Amino acid sequence: MDTDLSSQDRKDLDKFIKFFALKTVQVIVQARLGEKICTRSSSSPTGSDWFNLAIKDIPEVTHEAKKALAGQLPAVGRSMCVEISLKTSEGDSMELEIWCLEMNEKCDKEIKVSYTVYNRLSLLLKSLLAITRVTPAYRLSRKQGREYVILYRIYFGEVQLNGLGEGFQTVRVGTVGTPVGTITLSCAYRINLAFMSTRQFERTPPIMGIVIDHFVDRPYPSSSPMHPCNYRTTGEDAGVTYPSVEDSQEVCTTSFSTSPPSQCVFTVSKAYFQTPTPVVTDTLRVPMAGLAFSHQLASSRLAYQPAALGVGSAELAHPVVFAAGSSAAHPHQLMVPGKEGGVPLAPSQPAHGTQADHERMATCTPSDGAHYIVTPSSSEDTETVSNSSEGRASPRGILEAVLVRKVGALVNNSVDQVTMTNLDIPFAMFAPKNFELEDNDPMVNPPDSPDTESPLQGSLHSDGSSGGGGGGSSGNTHDDFVMVDFKPAFSKDDILPMDLGTFYREFQNPPQLSSLSIDIGAQSMAEDLDSLPEKLAVHEKNVKEFDAFVETLQ
Amino acid sequence: MVESSGSSLQVSGWFRPKRASQPPARLVGAARGRGMNCRAEVLEVSVEGRQVEEALLAVLHTVLLHRSTGKFHYKKEGTYSIGTVGTQDIDCDFIDFTYVRVSSEELDRALRKVVGEFKDALRNSGGDGLGQMSLEFYQKKKSRWPFSDECIPWEVWTVKVHVVALATEQERQICREKVGEKLCEKVINIVEVMNRHEYLPKMPTQSEVDNVFDTGLRDVQPYLYKISFQITDALGTSVTTTMRRLIKDTLAL
Repeated sequence: MDTDLSSQDRKDLDKFIKFFALKTVQVIVQARLGEKICTRSSSSPTGSDWFNLAIKDIPEVTHEAKKALAGQLPAVGRSMCVEISLKTSEGDSMELEIWCLEMNEKCDKEIKVSYTVYNRLSLLLKSLLAITRVTPAYRLSRKQGREYVILYRIYFGEVQLNGLGEGFQTVRVGTVGTPVGTITLSCAYRINLAFMSTRQFERTPPIMGIVIDHFVDRPYPSSSPMHPCNYRTTGEDAGVTYPSVEDSQEVCTTSFSTSPPSQCVFTVSKAYFQTPTPVVTDTLRVPMAGLAFSHQLASSRLAYQPAALGVGSAELAHPVVFAAGSSAAHPHQLMVPGKEGGVPLAPSQPAHGTQADHERMATCTPSDGAHYIVTPSSSEDTETVSNSSEGRASPRGILEAVLVRKVGALVNNSVDQVTMTNLDIPFAMFAPKNFELEDNDPMVNPPDSPDTESPLQGSLHSDGSSGGGGGGSSGNTHDDFVMVDFKPAFSKDDILPMDLGTFYREFQNPPQLSSLSIDIGAQSMAEDLDSLPEKLAVHEKNVKEFDAFVETLQ
Repeated sequence: MVESSGSSLQVSGWFRPKRASQPPARLVGAARGRGMNCRAEVLEVSVEGRQVEEALLAVLHTVLLHRSTGKFHYKKEGTYSIGTVGTQDIDCDFIDFTYVRVSSEELDRALRKVVGEFKDALRNSGGDGLGQMSLEFYQKKKSRWPFSDECIPWEVWTVKVHVVALATEQERQICREKVGEKLCEKVINIVEVMNRHEYLPKMPTQSEVDNVFDTGLRDVQPYLYKISFQITDALGTSVTTTMRRLIKDTLAL
């Protein structure tokens, strides 16, 4: 008898498909971050690992996927697609791959939902893990950074393969039959990368004469402690935080039965458990206008690509690391990592410094739009792509331009014009002006900057806003050195005639040792050569003596 | 009685009917499963000497990724729960390729060991660098005394390796990329096979689990598997191993 799907089975199936879709997106996006992924096996089931696979959930990505799905599930004619594209620093972009999760009408009524379908979906995810490393875009994404970045976009609806160029190829990852249809996962990828071979990218010199990693890897001895981007309990941040996937997620407690299928026990219990949402910082929280930066998986800059395509509603490419602003509907807020002591820091460093583990790049985009790319901070990876930090979403649409005065510990005079830029560049007040960097950086001001309405976006690219436009206002302060009164900490004026400050100043620059004096060393070679003939003449005069001496030795 | 003539092996006698000469590096009867359909897949790779290990590991790990589950925890009433399998990206040093494997040091060590042995055997064989490695998934079937348990394979993956020697650095660089691309194709092939959802052993009860899965690892649970390899000598026949196997089989009957 052809039994219709029981309601419990139906519910289970829908849930499986939904979470399968979410996990699929996670796997694809994580594979394009540009770094190696590593997760741990755990012999004891935690109940939160769907399909028995350890796939981390990046909250932003989940958020985007949910937004794209808008409560629906893939069905006939409604496929979930993840588009991977490449964008160069000059602003050119190119679609590389489209991953499609489709559903067709071919049903398999006989199959057991809670058992076979689940296991097959798990197998399909494993296949997806393998295939995502095998398409050409993988190698490109591993090399992203200076010259180009990889972006992703999720949309739901008709699959569009136009942007892939001619002769694109398709690889099928797998299919799973279910009682309501057959799920198919496939990838169409561009092969015509003729003008964009990876080799070409390696050989291309930096875009400008200036090295973009100017502020990278500087030791910041005085910086505040790095905040590892681990999971922390959700603090009360200034705004909406991303609901982590598990917020209202139903926990899949997989309990299989070895008895004949009819007695299959598969419990899916609704357990609300909250994965603590990672917090970027816990001390100074500075909601920055214009979406400063996010250090999500840091790693690659899956930067924001405002979509220009007119397909459906949710089609904004989203940076995994939000480099650019986001639409008003999707605030990705970032917290500038705590800066204690008021010493300005390059945001990327502390924030995710640690996440360390193979966190590659954190793109920081202070609201004025400067991009600072932090290069890899090393090390062995154990945990991956943690959904470390993440953006704390700012209250939608509210621009909180809270400027934090960064004042050096020893500075008496507060500098009035402390802008966002100062926050980012350590000792910014004393740094030479380097706005060409920001102004010319095409990443900052992409030539074809899209017209998103978001005020966040606007401030990012605008020239007018207080912190915006290449930090124009702060430029002036960088021209000269600022005279400050030197007041050493903990010193009192009245104790000694010579106070600590004076003492320090006097002995700060002791005179050079004479033996190390530069005068002697500065004797030019020419002079040396000139003096040689004289020396030779002297020696020649004494030749007889030398000879006699040599005789005595023999 | 076993006679070998020329480049083929023929076994005559009342244990087996006379056999036509077989292509040298093919698995003989033993692996075909007695009375059971055993899937056999063959993959071929041509690599440089130093790429042998990584190429083999890539293929083996990709297969095992699909054929491993989390650890089973049996509870009462015949239900069980499954642990979580983590994954890891591994970059190859000598090939432009990255593969995914399950996060299990034990499993990786076991594979590396056998691949290392294969590589050494290949190097020492002298021949023209041909060899093959087989990854066989099997089920144990308990037999009554005095017969020992039977191992019934249900899937066999064979990787044929051909080692080439390259002269210039440029050739080596090209080889890096080419082999990388080839391995990409192999992974796609493997995934295709996996996707057919063909026979898989039934999920076992607690008492049977060791007949289906390898429960000895700490963090993952692959299906029972064994890895063997053969080196083909210059004549094109793998004399030693095949002979050994035949004799063992005939005697084990």
